[in-house]
Amino acid sequence: MTTDIDATAGKYLRDKYAIIGVGETTYTRGSGMTTRALGTWAIKNAMDDAGIPASEIDGMMSYSGNDSTASPMLAGDLGIRLNFYMDVQGGGSSSEALIGLAIGAIEAGMCETVVVFRSMNGFSQVRIGGTGARASVPVGGDALHSAAYGWFSAGQNFSPTFMRHMYDYGTTPEQVAMVKVIHSEHASNNPKAYYKQRVTVEDVVNSRMICKPLHLLDCCVETDNATALIVTSVDKAYDYRNTPARILGVAGRVCKPRIDMHFQHGPISTVAGFYIKDLIYRNAGLGPEDIQCTGAYDAFTFTSMLQLEDYGFCEKGEGGDYVSSGIMRLGAERPNNTSGGHLCEGYTHGMNMIIENVRQLRGEVDDYCPVDDNGSRQHTYNYAEPSAGGGCRQVPDLEITQNLGWAMPGTGSSLIMRKG
Amino acid sequence: MPQGEYLGMTLTVLDLDNENLAYFQHCADHDFHLQQCVDPDCDLIRYPPGTACPWCSGREFRWIPVDARGTVHSYGEVHHAIQPAFRERAPYMILLVELDTQAGEPTEHEALRVAGNLVDADGNFAGPDLVKQVGIGSRMRMVFADVAEGLALPHWTLDEDAEQPDTPWRYPQGVNGV
Repeated sequence: MTTDIDATAGKYLRDKYAIIGVGETTYTRGSGMTTRALGTWAIKNAMDDAGIPASEIDGMMSYSGNDSTASPMLAGDLGIRLNFYMDVQGGGSSSEALIGLAIGAIEAGMCETVVVFRSMNGFSQVRIGGTGARASVPVGGDALHSAAYGWFSAGQNFSPTFMRHMYDYGTTPEQVAMVKVIHSEHASNNPKAYYKQRVTVEDVVNSRMICKPLHLLDCCVETDNATALIVTSVDKAYDYRNTPARILGVAGRVCKPRIDMHFQHGPISTVAGFYIKDLIYRNAGLGPEDIQCTGAYDAFTFTSMLQLEDYGFCEKGEGGDYVSSGIMRLGAERPNNTSGGHLCEGYTHGMNMIIENVRQLRGEVDDYCPVDDNGSRQHTYNYAEPSAGGGCRQVPDLEITQNLGWAMPGTGSSLIMRKG
Repeated sequence: MPQGEYLGMTLTVLDLDNENLAYFQHCADHDFHLQQCVDPDCDLIRYPPGTACPWCSGREFRWIPVDARGTVHSYGEVHHAIQPAFRERAPYMILLVELDTQAGEPTEHEALRVAGNLVDADGNFAGPDLVKQVGIGSRMRMVFADVAEGLALPHWTLDEDAEQPDTPWRYPQGVNGV
């Protein structure tokens, strides 16, 4: 048997799959419900967004860190009969990886349309920052070389990477603070955002120190929420309500060497994006210069900067200049995290940044702009605060977006989408 | 099964965890050892303890004494502690100390970078004044905090016998007096 398909090529599945529906709950601190109820709420919103009935979904995937409800409960509640499901361990960078695995499951004939969800009470039950129940877990095995030193929360774990970048390249607190400043501007035009208040560089660097080099406002918010998206093949994607966001390339949980303890293999101020870029741009058939809008994971201000730098959006060491140049603002050349991201909208382990880019590619971001009689949003492209007559956060003429997912300095994922 | 209470945490080295059992027994003896690959073509030392050689995948190793001195490669300085017992010790430092042994081997940016907290010469957590003296470039030596029979944690203190940099690199900004 012969084939004309080069299945070893990264381009093999390029542009053959799409995201057809997205949905989320409100972002709160105190959802007052289980992760099961949150999860069904987000998935139902994604189904309604796509206009897809339960009978046309047959796959489900999720990720969690012992803080969620698994697929069978949610599928059962929603009347979805599954041909495939998988719930994996993981946090940040899982969303892009699971989208890639969903494509693989469909391609293998295991199912046809997959919901990916993340449901978490990240404030009221299992605190993402590690306080509460997570702080009292017995310490053994690998954690004897980390948690035993009070080296435990994400900020604590990442701080040597951030600090070394400042040492190696002269990156300043004020430069990095601009990530929060810009994301807060975007969040002010997002009715869903948990924090809508715009902040200044002074607000960030004068906020109390959490773990040097991280001030309070360098750290993301902890919230309760669920998020969901629906992946299917392009031949089905146009049967549904919205313009599909077509998937050009994906890379999942790409690691630096010595991922058992990545600090052994330097430079420690280099992050996984250095390795991801060789996969993702090959798979998508383009480069960073083609990306018009980024979703660089912002668990901390530093994580957006480090990733954008190592993916090649600027020269190595110039991440501080990049993020403080204003290029990431709405209205500028390459906006980043137009929803406000984890720093302001809510913490979802990466899902909300993909949801945002899907809506951006449709041209239907849910900002404060008026909706006409046909239900179509009339964007003003005025990015000032709503009180100043702005309230828009739609990127004009958008064709290509990229998500830069982060698990930790040594591990990340990426997703490139185009307008369908 | 070595187990003990330490700063409000229960630290346990599990029975089957042979690599960590040996590592922490050497620490309890205040005699720092690491695993060295026995393949003569490799011969590399690794940290933290593991079950194979990261450079040649060889499973055989020997424990060898290692000179536990080095240079601070990077650090975090915790002002808002998470774990309860660390709160009264904040600010505390998490140090990554690059050992002189095998620095820059087998490639330029590789090294044995051993974690620990900053402590004084007696092994007590460093106070705020000592914290302000330590940064990237500081020369350190290892001291041990005894936890239980067969279990001590390696920590770092300023090496009194070493030549220290005039001003180790520290985070540039003071906020709220810290």
